[in-house]
Amino acid sequence: MSRWGKRTLKLSRIKELLGCEELSSSHSGDTEIESVMPSDMMSDVLAFAQPEALLITGLVNSQSVRTADFADAILIVYVRGKKPSEQTIELAKELNISVMATGMGMFEACGILYEGGLKGIC
Amino acid sequence: MNEEALYKKKFPVTGGDFDKAGEVSTQIKAILKTTGIDNDIIRKVAIASFEAEMNVVIHAEEGKIEFILTTSSVIINVADKGPGIKDIDLAMQEGYSTASDDMREMGFGAGMGLPNIKKSADDFEIKSKVGKGTWVRITIHHEQK
Ligand SMILES: Nc1ncnc2c1ncn2[C@@H]1O[C@H](COP(=O)(O)OP(=O)(O)OP(=O)(O)O)[C@@H](O)[C@H]1O
Ligand SMILES: [Mg+2]
Repeated sequence: MSRWGKRTLKLSRIKELLGCEELSSSHSGDTEIESVMPSDMMSDVLAFAQPEALLITGLVNSQSVRTADFADAILIVYVRGKKPSEQTIELAKELNISVMATGMGMFEACGILYEGGLKGIC
Repeated sequence: MNEEALYKKKFPVTGGDFDKAGEVSTQIKAILKTTGIDNDIIRKVAIASFEAEMNVVIHAEEGKIEFILTTSSVIINVADKGPGIKDIDLAMQEGYSTASDDMREMGFGAGMGLPNIKKSADDFEIKSKVGKGTWVRITIHHEQK
């Protein structure tokens, strides 16, 4: 808990809980996240965008990184064992976004984050 | 109106070019980040610009995005050559989309783009001619600090 009444998870804890591989470490492991935007549809993410959130998606193209940036997200977690190209990871680094990848599916990963106290946005 | 243009820039957009799609809006966001304009305003501009840019990439052949910063507003003009929109009221509805399955697999076709632009903008105009193209004007007010 960082702020009163609000539950958060540190990036390092998210990595642990989801068994993630870290692909871009733009933010320190102590950075806290409060909300999650789970979607494979970019306009759905942008419809509810809230700053400093986590984008969780199975979509690994460069537009997933740009969408995260336009939504002012801090972290992208790619599910289902998918990984973006080197070029796309470079773009995330340029845009100051942390990136992780997990073998878990969307449902399981979101379930764990929900258990961990995070709230969903879209 | 006595709005003074402080900055103007035009960017080309190519239909179907998913390598570059979104680059223009990333550049516009980067320019705005240097101005001291509030982050919540910049997010609105970036979202509206990206949705309009992606609509050119997904639905049209080619287009131009003009970015204008005035003393009171950010204006994004988008003009494309493409199929145009037959029924704009229908296109504006949340969830309405003619995007192909291929586009959906790339994360587009939720039918939320135009509604997102409208929600983000203080003023939004859209005109279209079937078989010719589409013209969009997005205005978002800002307070220069
Ligand atoms: N520039 C354009 N040229 C031609 N048709 C367009 C253009 N922009 C929008 N449309 C039409 O309007 C529909 C709705 O647009 P909108 O942006 O809301 O959704 P989408 O692009 O289909 O999906 P999303 O934006 O959620 O990825 C489109 O499916 C398309 O039929
Ligand atoms: Mg769209």
